[in-house]
Amino acid sequence: MCQAIMSKRKAKSVRKPISECITQLHKCLRERFCHDQLPSTLEASEAQHKHLLGLLQRTAIHGESNSALIIGPRGSGKTVLLKCVLRDLLKEKEVQKNLLQVHLNGLLQTDDRIALKEITRQLNLENVVGDKVFGSFAENLVFLLEALKKGDRSSTRPILFVLDEFDLFAHHKNQTLLYNLLDVSQSAQAPVAVVGLTCRLDVLELLEKRVKSRFSHRQIHMLSNLSFSQYQERVASQLSLPDDFPDRSFAEDWNSGVQSLCEDKSVEEILRRHFNFSRDFRSLHMLLMLCLSRISPVNPIIKPADVLEASRMCFTDSTSNMLHGLSILELCLVISMKHLNDVYGGEPFNFQMVYNEFKKFLQRKSNSMYNFEQPVVIKAFEHLQQLELIRPVDGSSAKTQREYQLMKLMLDNSQIIEALHKYPQCPTDIKQWGMSAFA
Amino acid sequence: MSSSWLQQQRHPGYEEESLRRVAEQLPCREPQAGMLLSLMGEPKQYSLPCIFIYGHRASGKSHVVNILLKELEMPHATVSIAECISATLLFQQVLLSFFGEDAVAALPRSPSLSDFVRIYKQHCSRATAEQTRYIVLEKAELLRDMDANLLSTFVRLQELVEDNVSVLLLSELVWDTFRPNTGCLEPLLLHFPDYTKAELHQILSRDKHPSYSADFYASYIHILLGVFYAVCRDLRELRHLAALNFTKFCEPVAEGKATESDTHKLWRHIEPHLKKAMQTVYLREVSSLEWEKMQEVEMEASHLRGLSAHSHVELPFYSKFLLIAAYLASYNPARTDKRFFVKHHGKIKKTNFLKKNEKTSNHLLGPKPFSLDRMLAIFYSVVDTRVAPTASIFSQISSLVTLQLLTQVSHVDQLDAPKYKCAVSMDFICAISRTVNFDIIKYLYDFL
Repeated sequence: MCQAIMSKRKAKSVRKPISECITQLHKCLRERFCHDQLPSTLEASEAQHKHLLGLLQRTAIHGESNSALIIGPRGSGKTVLLKCVLRDLLKEKEVQKNLLQVHLNGLLQTDDRIALKEITRQLNLENVVGDKVFGSFAENLVFLLEALKKGDRSSTRPILFVLDEFDLFAHHKNQTLLYNLLDVSQSAQAPVAVVGLTCRLDVLELLEKRVKSRFSHRQIHMLSNLSFSQYQERVASQLSLPDDFPDRSFAEDWNSGVQSLCEDKSVEEILRRHFNFSRDFRSLHMLLMLCLSRISPVNPIIKPADVLEASRMCFTDSTSNMLHGLSILELCLVISMKHLNDVYGGEPFNFQMVYNEFKKFLQRKSNSMYNFEQPVVIKAFEHLQQLELIRPVDGSSAKTQREYQLMKLMLDNSQIIEALHKYPQCPTDIKQWGMSAFA
Repeated sequence: MSSSWLQQQRHPGYEEESLRRVAEQLPCREPQAGMLLSLMGEPKQYSLPCIFIYGHRASGKSHVVNILLKELEMPHATVSIAECISATLLFQQVLLSFFGEDAVAALPRSPSLSDFVRIYKQHCSRATAEQTRYIVLEKAELLRDMDANLLSTFVRLQELVEDNVSVLLLSELVWDTFRPNTGCLEPLLLHFPDYTKAELHQILSRDKHPSYSADFYASYIHILLGVFYAVCRDLRELRHLAALNFTKFCEPVAEGKATESDTHKLWRHIEPHLKKAMQTVYLREVSSLEWEKMQEVEMEASHLRGLSAHSHVELPFYSKFLLIAAYLASYNPARTDKRFFVKHHGKIKKTNFLKKNEKTSNHLLGPKPFSLDRMLAIFYSVVDTRVAPTASIFSQISSLVTLQLLTQVSHVDQLDAPKYKCAVSMDFICAISRTVNFDIIKYLYDFL
């Protein structure tokens, strides 16, 4: 014990080698970006935090039944809010002893039977032996409702139900689970709190009338009204190292480096672009993660060039990346399709028309360079279909011959033009053919 | 070989020796592998919940990922979704490679995602991971066709199982075609660019023949790429073609007609041969084995009949005429029937009959559906003899449908007035009509 303290103190005073510092830095920041480590305080959603905490406290301490929905777009911090509230709630001894938690996820509990088993399992009820749950769905439901009904406000331990991906629960048959949970929360039975998390704003429209009437209509919206300067602050705070970092002097150097990085004009421009694109923090974390991955003992500090490179990776159009790798023949077919689209106003086409268009080009050019046989061209056409750059209009693929199946091009004209510019060693005649408005 | 990315300084936490071994096995893919490795971080650190890797076929996606995971000894499960006809198989493989037989035995019959996550959690709380675990899903585009939640769940598996696990999705398609309509956690997108011509040349030249010099093989690859590069950039396909045709290329040297440096002569020798290969082996018309045999016995390449040359089908006499009638009904507009098939039709103006913009468009647009009555009417008019509409005629029509020479357009259970389409090519029908001495071109509106 004593030794441990000694060594800790020692470590603080001694300056560590740079590679170890970098390892520590990676460990700390990766936990933040990839693992959603909880922040100590929620600056942006203080009011929501207070609201939810009060609500759950009333359930946990006074035995009041409640229901609420947390609504916000993806990556707006719904789960983080809930986790923070639970962390703060469980600080109290009484609550810790009292509150039972049931966590359900709409992705995993895809029907009510599975959800019910999961509830019994998480509540450790008596028909659970080891890990197995016994009884049919009806028995389970009756049993659970009995158990919930027997309880009353004063003596039963309160239960918190957390339903992640709440909108998926609304797709279950008859919404039995939702109905029963909300019904318990409405009538004077065991105290329960039902908290749903969802990204759909119209989630109430999905509920049946009887379910909707039992819901308290308490909604907590997580819509961010963050300004750009707050966004910038967030970047700086996300990147800077905490006070308990093992090597103080390295942490100070790093933090000042981050400060100066955020003040850089070009970095600000990049951040503004990201801000205009999306305000959710997940995409920001992705950008910062890409910056972080460039940090190594050789390159121990983030430079504006790193941010630029990371942003370029975030913003590349993946479809044009794929167009870059097509063969010349496939590119020719794409150009033919573009011309067909231009001429016939986006009507679907089949292989024969595309091949005909391509042959017209070859005749005009009268060079035998790309004079391929039809089966070779079909193979290229099918490859395009595999890449889903073209899609069949109707699904009945087996019924029609493959040459006559109607297709639609899934590319934009500007994408094709851009691809032509970027294509490595594109033959000039093909380039001109692609650029010309009408073939 | 530049070894910038594998310097110890850049990737601490891995042995230098194994990094060098990795670099040797990944020609022309160092930047991608380096990028991936730096995103993965050190074994003990957290990695991203999901990385989506996309790129063309044979651009080294699986190869890079597998070599990295294997050589650097990271715990991983590699599953190809093409093999997983049900989600159960996927769960089993993942659990098996992480926790062994026990975990698989704990799965109930037809397990749900909930069971999978629960069992995963149980086992990982018993044996906490010291390193990041990786789940590699190849052909991830097939995940979309499986259970609706499967993709969204695997993308955020790290959060759901509360373990240091990272999912790598490999696919040929772009992420935009994957996104479910209510969205999901966005993975990090990593692109593997296609190999350039020079890179293909470099990689293909690596497997040189022991009895010839490296330059000789390299010049062969150069010629091969010259023929095939415009059509095919698939490394595997090119490698296969290179291996197949090399003996032919060496022939002049072996016979003493040319030396290894006689590039022009060798090129003249091999080029027509390769052009032929594009029409046969590349399209799998001729199997590789047949192709090799053919080279041995010095047969002329064109003598070999491919798969598509066997398309000739023996049919009964009336079936032939039925098929001809179906073809005519499919490719001729109905208003021209009177002119073609009625003996003493009234006067039809030629200018009116031939609408200009319609000319030669029917063979471009494909077959049109027609009713049974129309087909039978044409059938009676093209067959010279009197034919009674017996049951055997009708059963021949339905057997043409089962042979997929005709397709039924209307619903199968509709018995009165069914509609059909003809599903044979022009060449096929010409061959058929030649056997019954019927000049079909004369009756086709497109060729008038």
